[in-house]
Amino acid sequence: MRLILAGIISTLLLLPVAMGLLGVLLPAFGYLPVLGGEQVSLDVWRALLAEPGLLHASLLSLRTGLASTLLSLIFILLLLAGGETWLKRRLQALLSPLVAVPHIALAVGLAFLLMPSGWLARLGSPWLTGWARPLDWAFPNDGNGLALILGLVVKEVPFLLLVALAALPQIEAEKRLAMARSLGYRPATAWIKAVLPDLTRRLRLPVFAVIAYGVANVEMAIILGPSTPPTLAVLIVEWFQDPDLSRRFLGSAAALLLLSLVLLALLIWQLAAHGLAKVWLWLGAGGHRDLGERGLSLAALLVNGPLAALTLLALLSLLLWSFAGLWRFPEAFPAFSLDTWERHAKDLLASSLTTVTLALASSGLALTLSVLALEASSRDQRPPGRGSLLVLATPLLVPQIAFLFGVAVSAAESGLIGAWTTVLWGHLLFVLPYVYLALSGPYLGLDPRYAAMARSLGKSPLTILLKVKLPLLRRALLTAAAIGVAVSVALYLPTLLLGGGRVLTLASEAVTLSSGGDRRLLAATALAQAVIPLLALLLATWFGRTKLERRGMR
Amino acid sequence: MTEPGYGLSLKRLSLSIAGTQLFPPLTCRVAAGEVVAVTGPSGSGKSSLLLAIAGLLPRAFQMQGEISLNGRSLLEMAAEARRVGLIFQDPLLLPHLTVGQNLAFGLSREEYRSRDARRQRIEAALREIQLEGFADRDPTTLSGGQRARVALMRSLLAEPDAVLLDEPFVSLDPMLRRDMRLLLGQLLRARGLPALLVTHDQEDAEALANQTLSLICHS
Repeated sequence: MRLILAGIISTLLLLPVAMGLLGVLLPAFGYLPVLGGEQVSLDVWRALLAEPGLLHASLLSLRTGLASTLLSLIFILLLLAGGETWLKRRLQALLSPLVAVPHIALAVGLAFLLMPSGWLARLGSPWLTGWARPLDWAFPNDGNGLALILGLVVKEVPFLLLVALAALPQIEAEKRLAMARSLGYRPATAWIKAVLPDLTRRLRLPVFAVIAYGVANVEMAIILGPSTPPTLAVLIVEWFQDPDLSRRFLGSAAALLLLSLVLLALLIWQLAAHGLAKVWLWLGAGGHRDLGERGLSLAALLVNGPLAALTLLALLSLLLWSFAGLWRFPEAFPAFSLDTWERHAKDLLASSLTTVTLALASSGLALTLSVLALEASSRDQRPPGRGSLLVLATPLLVPQIAFLFGVAVSAAESGLIGAWTTVLWGHLLFVLPYVYLALSGPYLGLDPRYAAMARSLGKSPLTILLKVKLPLLRRALLTAAAIGVAVSVALYLPTLLLGGGRVLTLASEAVTLSSGGDRRLLAATALAQAVIPLLALLLATWFGRTKLERRGMR
Repeated sequence: MTEPGYGLSLKRLSLSIAGTQLFPPLTCRVAAGEVVAVTGPSGSGKSSLLLAIAGLLPRAFQMQGEISLNGRSLLEMAAEARRVGLIFQDPLLLPHLTVGQNLAFGLSREEYRSRDARRQRIEAALREIQLEGFADRDPTTLSGGQRARVALMRSLLAEPDAVLLDEPFVSLDPMLRRDMRLLLGQLLRARGLPALLVTHDQEDAEALANQTLSLICHS
């Protein structure tokens, strides 16, 4: 049973990646008979290296990915270090649900907030800035990628925070903190010395996923990143979608280059982490009781406070734009209008429906497969090993564009492109790892004595699964399903490449609209995209509570 | 007088993990209605012995010897078919079910097909553990002693042929402990069940057990 499930999951996750990579590997060396490439050569690579702006685009991808990950990690560690304060607890409570907001919606909101005619400029003009007209500056879309880094940080901080909060009880952080404080260490110092080392070990895989996304993401880079040249991932998408089909050879080689960049970024990160670990050992052994307690606490509030405010303002600016009538600069608020929603209700409803059905189907399938695999693991009394985790992480670590194009070519050859089920399969590829990882901790951590008790009462394994384990895991199951919904709603490239323009979700519509001029429709689309996962998370939280908790008695 | 072969028998039973034997081969018989206290230092294999009898020993362990209950060998039987009740130190009541539903979880579906029959049996069981009127209560609102009583009754409602108790009183205060001992003694005697009681408490052993089995670590 376990082997069969492992086989199914590996096939689902590894086969498309392998097939997709092969689908770009051969064209990268000139072999794609459909487009006339019948000889293997290095010509494509020569052409790629001669491409103007390639080095700039590659360095931009590397820089934005590494800088955003480093900043996100520092921000959450500052927030977690030391004892809890009222303000820190509030910030954590505020940031955690924001993990559900899709990258695209957040990027659009940030763009609306930060652009020269954005809400932030309007709020301060003209009384503070003196601006009567928007300034002529390139932000977002600045050449250094600062807006992109900011967008990635705003999105990844809630994700890493949530992962870290889930990992802390597993390493008994509170007990460690109490132990270190009883030895005279100040709270933040105690946390840095006794909790941080083990926590960073547990955060390794999520951090790797954040780096991979940061280096290779397409949707945020299109909305917030520079355009001349853009990041390497955006350049690849442009080449793959170029009417001149010969550019696909270039795109394939660049996809492999992007994969190498991700691996390089992971290597740089690991080497730096290794160096920092040595510094930590030196610090830890030094016995310093106070590493600058006040400075750390202050820094935590100074960076995370504005970050949370920025996220909320970004979401609020989506709301404002979607209900905006006439809105001249520098007016702080628009005239209220339902015009956008009324005019585009039919289209918005159609793409919302496709988004929701894809999200429900993919997270439902992912949940079923995860439960079956975890149940098999738990019955065999063998927790998933490193190999299983690597299989699960593969679609998250390999850049989407590096293998999805190959998959799309195969799908097109077999006539499957544009089918709803093909897109569903593409979504499952990314939803399954997140759902499995979200569920595996609670599932395998469930007190085994419940099952033992039920077996001693004569219950069959199926009854125990349905009547004991699943009800006990209701909260974790619903949370994992909500995470699955959030991941699916946010997916852009699988929908774009496997949908062939025939399956339109809110994500694909929002990215398309981001290059057009209708800000109001873009805001409405991004807002609808943000609302679905937030609603899923809200429902999961509500129905995950017990009857007594809902009545406020527990 | 108990029929020969009735009760729980262990013959040269030994457990080992990673090549280390936990205790010397054990031979003993617990007759129907008899309670045997199992004592020994931590790590001597007391809880593992109970899991082995219940058919729930983790794979990391190896077991040798014979286990039989009322004359039938348990070794090749699945845990759910052994008819051996297992009670842990935590009551492990299912929080998504009411007290009544927790008790009904122990009832056999074949024997109590109708809703009425199940309800009557639950009401009688609640009376037996002095919790009348508690059927619709959320188990998390019960006191520790009440939870322990429900857990004990749930196990007995499955009509086991033997009961294994793994320090069932450890989380109770001295007063409740004494009450639970009395209740447990009554219920086991009334049903004539053989029972193994793992305990660290000499008072538990003296109050309930007919004999004591001491596990001594090999190492």
